[in-house]
Amino acid sequence: MIAAHLPALQIVLPLAAAPLCLLLRRGTLAWALALAASWAALVCAALLLRQVLISGPISYELGSWAAPWGIEYRVDAVNGFVLLIVAAVGAVILPYARTSVAHELPEEQHATFYTAFLLCLTGLLGVTITGDAFNLFVFLEISSLSSYVLIALGRDRRALTAAFQYLVMGTIGATFIVIGVGLLYMATGTLNMMDLAERLPPLAGNRTVLVAFAFLTVGTGLKLALFPLHFWLPNAYAYAPSVVTGFLAATATKVSVYVLLRFFFTVFGVGYSFEVLSVGKLLIPLAAIAILVCSTVAIFQNDVKRMLAYSSIAQIGYMIMGIGFATTTGLTAGILHLFNHAMMKGGLFLALGCVFLRVGSVRLEALHGLGKRMPLTMFSFVLGGLSLVGVPLTVGFISKWYLVQAALERDDWILAVVVLVGSLLALVYVWRVVEAAYFKPAPEGAAKVEEAPLSMLIPTWVLIGASIYFGIDTSLTVGVARQAAAQLIGGAS
Amino acid sequence: MSPPDAILLSLAIPLAGAALIALAHRRPNLREAVTLVTSGLMFLTVASLVPEVMAGGRPEATLIEMLPGLPLRFEVEPLGMMFGLLASGLWIVTSVYSIGYMRANDEAHQTRYYVCFAVALASTIGVAFAGNMMTLFVFYEALTLSTYPLVAHKGTDEAMRGGRTYLGLLLFTSIGLQLLGILWTWRIAGTLDFTVGGILAGKASGPVVGILLLLYVYGIGKAALMPFHRWLPAAMVAPTPVSALLHAVAVVKVGVFTVMKVVVYIFGIDLLAATGHGVWLTYIAAATLLSASLVALTQDNLKARLAYSTISQLAYVVLGAALANPWGVIGGSMHIAMHAMGKITLFFCAGAIYTATHKTEVSQMTGLGRIMPFTFGAFLIGSLSIIGLPPLGGAWGKWYLMLGAAEGEQLIMIAVLMISSLLNVAYLIPIVARGFFLPSPEPQPASAGAAAAPRGGIREAPMFCVVPLCLTALGCLALFFFADPIYRLLEPIAAP
Repeated sequence: MIAAHLPALQIVLPLAAAPLCLLLRRGTLAWALALAASWAALVCAALLLRQVLISGPISYELGSWAAPWGIEYRVDAVNGFVLLIVAAVGAVILPYARTSVAHELPEEQHATFYTAFLLCLTGLLGVTITGDAFNLFVFLEISSLSSYVLIALGRDRRALTAAFQYLVMGTIGATFIVIGVGLLYMATGTLNMMDLAERLPPLAGNRTVLVAFAFLTVGTGLKLALFPLHFWLPNAYAYAPSVVTGFLAATATKVSVYVLLRFFFTVFGVGYSFEVLSVGKLLIPLAAIAILVCSTVAIFQNDVKRMLAYSSIAQIGYMIMGIGFATTTGLTAGILHLFNHAMMKGGLFLALGCVFLRVGSVRLEALHGLGKRMPLTMFSFVLGGLSLVGVPLTVGFISKWYLVQAALERDDWILAVVVLVGSLLALVYVWRVVEAAYFKPAPEGAAKVEEAPLSMLIPTWVLIGASIYFGIDTSLTVGVARQAAAQLIGGAS
Repeated sequence: MSPPDAILLSLAIPLAGAALIALAHRRPNLREAVTLVTSGLMFLTVASLVPEVMAGGRPEATLIEMLPGLPLRFEVEPLGMMFGLLASGLWIVTSVYSIGYMRANDEAHQTRYYVCFAVALASTIGVAFAGNMMTLFVFYEALTLSTYPLVAHKGTDEAMRGGRTYLGLLLFTSIGLQLLGILWTWRIAGTLDFTVGGILAGKASGPVVGILLLLYVYGIGKAALMPFHRWLPAAMVAPTPVSALLHAVAVVKVGVFTVMKVVVYIFGIDLLAATGHGVWLTYIAAATLLSASLVALTQDNLKARLAYSTISQLAYVVLGAALANPWGVIGGSMHIAMHAMGKITLFFCAGAIYTATHKTEVSQMTGLGRIMPFTFGAFLIGSLSIIGLPPLGGAWGKWYLMLGAAEGEQLIMIAVLMISSLLNVAYLIPIVARGFFLPSPEPQPASAGAAAAPRGGIREAPMFCVVPLCLTALGCLALFFFADPIYRLLEPIAAP
């Protein structure tokens, strides 16, 4: 009985908990409720993915309105996997949030924070689960609006301008998406994705569909910080509260990448997107530039959070490159990296949150000598950093293995080299932090620093541990990613 | 203990040791005891595999399937067996030496030092026993990362610069070139298992073989082929025991060992011989061999001189592999062991000299031989072994290499080997001669007043330092007389 309504529960639970958090007013109570809601969401996501892997895609009619008219929730291997990523990151980060938020935000804002956090989680889950193009836009707006709030809560006054910048760019992106969806509706008379997938192929030469495709690509590109559309991201990540940065870095861009996948492969179909329009020829060069340029920019950042933000843009480049190949191996690489990057970048940002809690800054100079003073935190950072580089036995290596394979399948040597050069650039920026933390002496007269509390260390280590574990035992991640890739390439079904 | 267990144990023991060492960081004596016990146990475990491998068995163990078709798998074959024995055996000696050296020089961060050392040894064994190229690569990288803290140990600007060069070059070559080679191999061969006769035979031909070979030999930066050799002199900022075990035995030998494995089990010597790509590799090796020797002549810093000597000697092994015939392969493989024993002796001596007198430059070592006769005696023996004179182990490596060159009708390579021996004489023997025969320039007592030793008295480094270096010097001697077991162990890898 309940199992049948899992797709609805996935969204309803965090959505209902959000306003309750606001009503509770007390920070601790709100936190407890948010924690419960996020764990419930994780259970739902895990059960859904299990069901999908066993018995194939699930279709759920919201409010029992039949599909093309009502809103359909549709879970297959692709979004089942993304749901799990988002829900898992949410569930891991909330225990961490309590101490970090208590430290970084004034007491009266705590309840608001958890409300916005849950709304953001709801929005991201909603975007992922829905099978309706317009509903997708609605959830996208829910997640975006709440993330503007979350970023603006940052203590630094620059957080306000960062949030504003993101607001402007994000709204442009969302507008483009809604225009695209509107044009699709104009051409086909439907908003259901499955329905769209059936009706679009005969309209391949239609100019309206072409324009819709362009609007959707650019709009989603803005949301996922595709290379020349990434300017909002570094500031937003650098000035947001630590928890928010960790959460958004691990989930928000991943969900946008998923949206891109969904539109390219399911709605428009791989034939239209990659053969008729050859969007790969646009995506791959942009991805390659993102990898090279943003990794290089990251090297010159002195704010470690900002450095990781630039690294994120480069890492998104890896995903987009995999998608741009439009082959099973390439897609596997892209989808794998979705998960892998969520684990390592989430873990890295959480480790930085620990540093911020104890030291009050995440500039490179502030990290001097921390290897000795906060050994567990800094060691988790080293492991996460090695994963970014793509050292064997970390998830980063697995992603790169598939991505380079995909490039070699096309006999594309230049791209294979670009991916590997990206790794080496990552080594340079990661190593600046390692040297600062382990081989530079602590500044004279620095205050005594103790290790971060367990409530923050454990979530950090869960994510970092996952980024090691799934680098060694890849059966789950590679298995799901392959299946998802095969499904997307296989067409709409 | 069944062989598969022994394989996994020989990896697990040093890792467990590392954990225990970290736990014992407040009690130095206990910590050092843990290091010694760990190294002893590890050697015994590795040695327990010998009978099986000698009898022609190839014990194997699989840890986990990392990627579909690419498990973390270990398989002990003769070359790996020899290397494993060598590394774990010399670790015991080095541990003893480390205790003397680190305490006498009052080094900081000793716990980190011993932990990293143990992890590095585990990685070395992982490389030695790797059953496929993927596993080898995993441990190859682990070795790079675990030795970085040892190189940058002192934390001074110079050490940091050295560490950066070390890490940068090794990771650049391995990720930028070697990984590409591995991925390409996987793409055309569909497997990365080390297979007798090679996996590329019949799958690759013509220029592809050449490009792949290039990606591998330069990608294996630890083999220090010029122009990717700069990391080795840079690594000399490390404490001397590190230079001794890691940068004369473990790390550099992992490099040439990997080259050997790749040539024998990935390409197959027949494929290399048939396509003729081995030939240009012999020239690259010869060029490195000679030029590194020439550079060694110009170095006044003892450790730097030894480092360039190592680069030159590593090229011998690459040369052996590149000759692509059974004698060359056996000669190269033997040279791994022989050079290890000789070079570790020389580094131990360099460390002992530094500990006793704080002298690092060759030009300062005038007359020291009479003050430190054991150290300089051992240095002489080590030098003669490196030069390749009987009755010392080094003679065998060169002997078989020359046979290989003759077999491959590359007479010019025989000439190269001879010239190189002469160069070895030129840069090693003056150090000993200066120590023994030139009079000490400074009047002795000035340094420490009444406490100074009487003129002509012996002032050696601590016992913990001197005993190990005498042992390895004796080892050089022993290897000459007992080279036969090694030859019999290695024979199967060269036979078709």
